[in-house]
Amino acid sequence: MSVDLATVKRVAKLARIAVTDDEASSLEGELNTILGFVEQLNEVDISGVEPMTSVIPMEMRKRKDAVTDGDKADDITANAPASEDNFFLVPKVVE
Amino acid sequence: MTDLTSLTIAEAREKLRGREITSTELTDAYLSAIDAANDTLNAYVKVTADKAREMAKASDERLANGAGGALEGIPLGIKDLFGTEGVHTQACSHVLDGFEPRYESTVTANLWADGAVMLGKLNMDEFAMGSSNETSYYGPVKNPWRARESNKDLVPGGSSGGSAAAVSAFLCAGATATDTGGSIRQPAAFTGTVGIKPTYGRCSRWGVVAFASSLDQAGPITRDVRDAAIMLKSMASVDPKDTTSVDRPVPDYESALGQSVRGMKIGIPAEYRMDGMPEEIETLWQKGMAWLRDAGAEIVDITLPHTKYALPAYYIVAPAEASSNLARYDGVRYGLRVPGKDITEMYEKTRAAGFGHEVKRRILIGTYVLSAGYYDAYYLRAQKVRTLIKRDFETVFADGVDAILTPATPSAAFGIADQDMAADPVKMYLNDIFTVTVNMAGLPGIAVPAGLDAQGLPLGLQLIGKPFDEETLFRTAHVLEQAAGHFPVEKWW
Repeated sequence: MSVDLATVKRVAKLARIAVTDDEASSLEGELNTILGFVEQLNEVDISGVEPMTSVIPMEMRKRKDAVTDGDKADDITANAPASEDNFFLVPKVVE
Repeated sequence: MTDLTSLTIAEAREKLRGREITSTELTDAYLSAIDAANDTLNAYVKVTADKAREMAKASDERLANGAGGALEGIPLGIKDLFGTEGVHTQACSHVLDGFEPRYESTVTANLWADGAVMLGKLNMDEFAMGSSNETSYYGPVKNPWRARESNKDLVPGGSSGGSAAAVSAFLCAGATATDTGGSIRQPAAFTGTVGIKPTYGRCSRWGVVAFASSLDQAGPITRDVRDAAIMLKSMASVDPKDTTSVDRPVPDYESALGQSVRGMKIGIPAEYRMDGMPEEIETLWQKGMAWLRDAGAEIVDITLPHTKYALPAYYIVAPAEASSNLARYDGVRYGLRVPGKDITEMYEKTRAAGFGHEVKRRILIGTYVLSAGYYDAYYLRAQKVRTLIKRDFETVFADGVDAILTPATPSAAFGIADQDMAADPVKMYLNDIFTVTVNMAGLPGIAVPAGLDAQGLPLGLQLIGKPFDEETLFRTAHVLEQAAGHFPVEKWW
């Protein structure tokens, strides 16, 4: 399988990364090199093989369903590019 | 003063406890060494001199009272991937511009609890994506090693290139690093240092900037095997904040050193003998076998049939996980923001300006393989192949093999701005061909310096162990180290 220019632009849109036409066309070649490289996985017989979900067999530890953290609004917004009264500020999203 | 920087962690520990030296003296020696070298080598992206002196002073007080932890007063460098409270933490990416977390990663918190001193944050490939430290927003790191009679600048490997270069150039006593596909072991091999990636789950990933969560593991880079054992003991822990961290006691790895390898079965996988592999790598491998045989180990041929599929499967799994992990960098909660006419344009412009080319490439590959209609063909297939890779290892371990010996890398360090690597991303990816299988199977692996090539550049051997059997790796690596000797770099900077 390989990607064309339109697919590169669609995927970049899905990933929310702006790409110029020049970038998109050089990415087209690079992504196809990588996709060509991974093509060899098609040689492997995977019939009856379970996909890996965890490298180390373990049971997920669960903690008590209780509030153990919080009251950190200042800490959480401390690194925000724009914030006001512990809210993150973003461009208007609803008209 | 400067010869204080030549002490290993174990040697410095003795002198500090014996009150022969103070942590303040040791820390000042490292800060002077960094000051003299960093403009040339670019190993540190942030030096925390005031904090280091403060921590050293506190260590000296504890040592004077006969107290102190396992790493009391030992100055360390920290890879920029680890969250350090109030201190530069950017994964060497522009997208995390100005980020200073309000929390401390569990691994670094463990080190400080044991008395270690932080010298600063170390350079790395952006988001740990790279094998040469050239994708860093802060520019490449220079390898302290150069070929004989050459002044050509070489890469230190990656992604933990700053960690490996700083340890090798005596700019810290030891360093933290992380390994997703070889990012501890490949730079260790390129710089004549020791690097261990422990079993997945041995160190907590909490507070470490995520790349590919099912593969990422922290570990140390140090000047010798003993120091790696000392550091890993402090770094490893079970952590309620990382449910994949494993609840089992952390052994005293240092006590494994000096134990005999007599009767141990060491596997030599046929599939690691690659076409076009330099003769010198093969010779080094043979030497490694001979050293272990001389020490009483039994060398056995084994086969790991799915080895060649590990790297292609990795280049589906790792970018897929990365595309998901890196979705959080959107200019809203931290780091860089580039304004746009609406919120979508703000996301797109922020991410376009904030991510470097290699990171964008991997996010796009990851987004593509996870997109509707392609998931089964790529991601699901890769995860099935991963099961087969792990099964290969389980089979040989069930047959009685105690550890596996392989070369660490297919070549010695290459030049900065290498044309072949720049032209073909897959060429760069091939650096991890011997290390990536270990991440795919979640196993521990250690790289040990084993010799120099014809140009005088360091080469390493890798030992792969059973899950949570780091002790066997330290024990066996120590035997290799004793036989191979040490390879200190000649200072030119």
